[in-house]
Amino acid sequence: MSQYIGEPITRVDGHEKVTGQAKYAAEFNVPDLTYGVVVSSTITKGRITLLDTSKALAVNGVIEVFTHENRPRTAWFDISYKDQDSPPGSPFRPLYDNKIKYNGQPVALVVAETFELARFAAMLVHVEYEAEPCDTDLMKHLDTVRNPEPGLMNLMKPLPPKPRGDADKAFAEAPVQQSAQYIHGMQHHNPMEMFASTVEYGKNGFLTIYDKTQGVTNSLLYVTQAFNIPFNQVRVVSPYVGGAFGSGLRPQYQLFLAVMAARELKRSVRVSLTRQQMWSFGHRPATVQNVCLGTQADGTITAIIHEAKAATSQFEDYTEEVVNWTGKLYPTPNGALRYKLKSLDIYTPLDMRAPGGVTGLSAVECAVDELAYKLGMDPLEFRLKNYTERDWTEKDRPFSSKELRACFRQGAERFGWSGRNPEPRSMRKDHNLIGWGMATGIWDAAQVPARAEATLTVNGKLRVRSATADIGTGTYTIMTQIAADTLGMPIDDVVFRLGDTTMPAAPIEGGSWTASTVGSAVKSACDTLAKTLFRMAKRIPKSPFVGVGFDDVLFINGEIRLKRNPSARVSLLEVVNLNGGRAITETGTSIPNLVAHMKYSRNAHAAAFVEVQVDEDFGTVKVTRAISAVAAGRIINPRTARSQIIGGMVWGISHALQEESVMDHRYGRFMNHDLAEYHIPVCADIHEMDVVFVEENDTVVNPLGVKGVGEIGLVAMPAAIANAIFHATGKRIYELPIQLDKVM
Amino acid sequence: MQTTLPAPTVESAPAMTRPITLTVNGTPYQLNLAPWTTLLDALREYANLTGTKKGCDHGQCGACTVLVNGKRINACLTLAVMHDDHEITTIEGLATDGALHPVQKAFIDHDAFQCGYCTPGQICSAVGMINEGQVRTVADVRELMSGNLCRCGAYPHIVDAICEVMQLDASK
Ligand code: FES
Ligand code: FES
Repeated sequence: MSQYIGEPITRVDGHEKVTGQAKYAAEFNVPDLTYGVVVSSTITKGRITLLDTSKALAVNGVIEVFTHENRPRTAWFDISYKDQDSPPGSPFRPLYDNKIKYNGQPVALVVAETFELARFAAMLVHVEYEAEPCDTDLMKHLDTVRNPEPGLMNLMKPLPPKPRGDADKAFAEAPVQQSAQYIHGMQHHNPMEMFASTVEYGKNGFLTIYDKTQGVTNSLLYVTQAFNIPFNQVRVVSPYVGGAFGSGLRPQYQLFLAVMAARELKRSVRVSLTRQQMWSFGHRPATVQNVCLGTQADGTITAIIHEAKAATSQFEDYTEEVVNWTGKLYPTPNGALRYKLKSLDIYTPLDMRAPGGVTGLSAVECAVDELAYKLGMDPLEFRLKNYTERDWTEKDRPFSSKELRACFRQGAERFGWSGRNPEPRSMRKDHNLIGWGMATGIWDAAQVPARAEATLTVNGKLRVRSATADIGTGTYTIMTQIAADTLGMPIDDVVFRLGDTTMPAAPIEGGSWTASTVGSAVKSACDTLAKTLFRMAKRIPKSPFVGVGFDDVLFINGEIRLKRNPSARVSLLEVVNLNGGRAITETGTSIPNLVAHMKYSRNAHAAAFVEVQVDEDFGTVKVTRAISAVAAGRIINPRTARSQIIGGMVWGISHALQEESVMDHRYGRFMNHDLAEYHIPVCADIHEMDVVFVEENDTVVNPLGVKGVGEIGLVAMPAAIANAIFHATGKRIYELPIQLDKVM
Repeated sequence: MQTTLPAPTVESAPAMTRPITLTVNGTPYQLNLAPWTTLLDALREYANLTGTKKGCDHGQCGACTVLVNGKRINACLTLAVMHDDHEITTIEGLATDGALHPVQKAFIDHDAFQCGYCTPGQICSAVGMINEGQVRTVADVRELMSGNLCRCGAYPHIVDAICEVMQLDASK
């Protein structure tokens, strides 16, 4: 029965969020709290020659200053510092030694009785360095890139497939060719909530850690291993996360520092990073891409070469899936996809919303548009001509479902694409040029294992728990819906809890996989609980279910009913009452059906249609209208899913037009590390937005048929905007973000 | 060339606290605060009113927006000691007798947030904006709400929610 799945239920955590009751990591004001403030390095590479903390320590109220010189011993081996999202390499260790590996590296932690004192004393820490020349500019090293080191991570983010045919030759011989280079710089996640950990030092040193993270289990494993603490001495809690977008996929250094200080001082400690320090860990890497497409005269693609070169740190090989999408979207007898890295004196990049996907598609979907123009074809028609039902990057497997055609049709219709004059500079409004552009989006429909627990409480309510996260994505709400439907309970009688390591383990929330992963676990736990309740209902005196099988009953409205005779029923409350007034609990584990999965490529698809207004005098671009048509399997909650897609679209506008972390490569330091200088859209930048969910039925991806909506709204937008800017101005811009100087 | 600010010294720490009374949501809070404590930190760390958020501490994001005598301000840009005799309203004080303020309710109905971290600031800012009486069109709403960043990108729904409360046609 689905009474709630598919319904636009308002967010179950909405009331807490609009009244200020929702508590984030830095808001657990535990008794006797101390405050840690981080001192960051001002050089990029070299070593610390002097670290004088005496003045800071002289301030009344300062408790301790931790540096590499006085820090406690922690685990020896790299493996102990690895987390669920670690790329191959040697993870960064805060305050490990006197070496500086990147600019902004934490070099000291000042702990004081108040935040104000700690912040002040941090300014008194005197650090001297011996700086070495640093190397941070990818553009200078395009000839010395290398293959990435493969690792476990590549199970989720595969490296490029083997080439097929002879792409170089086919491209050289193609009658119509398109070749260009696409560049974008670094970006930082900048969730509105800054990273923070509040570590409560309890009895016998028990640590309760309120952490900003996309996975409490990940934080727990990291802390227990790095500090060699038994599991049962730590609990990590994170009920609310003020956005993360990938930045919480790895434990950040404030967690390490707060735990270290709490253990040493035997006091509760909170460490919050400043907004400026939000530039001192992972980012979306700078990437340079070359895309070569060759077609026959009729537009059939015969050659694809897509090569990406990206920057990583000196200590880890972060990779992302940039080029594979091209092969998943476009069929070709000759394809070569390549992905290369260059190690630089920067921090390791970190998955940032639609990692790799938005990068790759921002290039290839512009290339496709340009190619369609060369062919004199409508860009949408070109995409339909080169539509594929098979994925050559995965051994020519079919897709488990793919309603991209319907996305094109419904999106184009809603937008009015058929009325488009393909001629650039053909539309004007007042002194503005108007342009229409479109692009395709694709993202993974992934599932990983997870666990959940469902309890029928003594008063007949359903309580479901899993140690997953809700970073604004709607996890609380959709899990409540899934649980309510699976057990046929009124939604107000169902509570879903998350973000606590005392709950059954779940993976980090990322890759758009939580709906499928945790949703399946919740369903499994509730299914198991239903069977148990049914077995118990059969045993109650005068049970109407004697001799009846599980398939003969329905769970509806808090009751178990016989399908063929609905008046034969037992309420769930009766069942608990007969359990001696004790709650009934079952757990469920969801494991992806690998056998079925191996046979198919599993992806969500989208099409974005965009209208821009370009002021030619000032070079300013306004996205006046945008529509995303999305095929992402079953949509559990159209209201929260729409918010996810719109949020992704806003990110698309940001990626295309605004955001970039600009580094002064002489110093290896970000120049615009605050929210005044790092531009992201404000309310006035966002105009008409619409979302169309295309119906898509998928029986392969997971038992719920969901594909996830966290990234699919973003991936197509930047290229659609760049293509619209071309349509408006006749100018192709190959470097993101497209700021006014590039348009003029 | 780097400019050097005068170096802070141990002696420049104004560690002395003084008693002040902050009136927040109609309730007096007797606090002992050092003068360099911002209103934002006073609320969050000393009065345990954590509904007001810190997103930058530099007046760049609006997450800390509160109402002081009905006017919206960034609580991170002002010192607590300057508000001894002011009426401060935070997100915790907008609902009356358990009934949500219309802006709060509209935010839920329109799903005008995701992570919820910018939300208290957005809501207080919207209430302050309505008090200012400058809004004529939906474009005004977008402009006058542009001091409140939302990284989740909930802007279209924020605008819809505010338009509903102000009875403005959101499609214009
Ligand atoms: S915290 Fe005050 S404006 Fe950002
Ligand atoms: S709702 Fe997350 S920042 Fe606005």
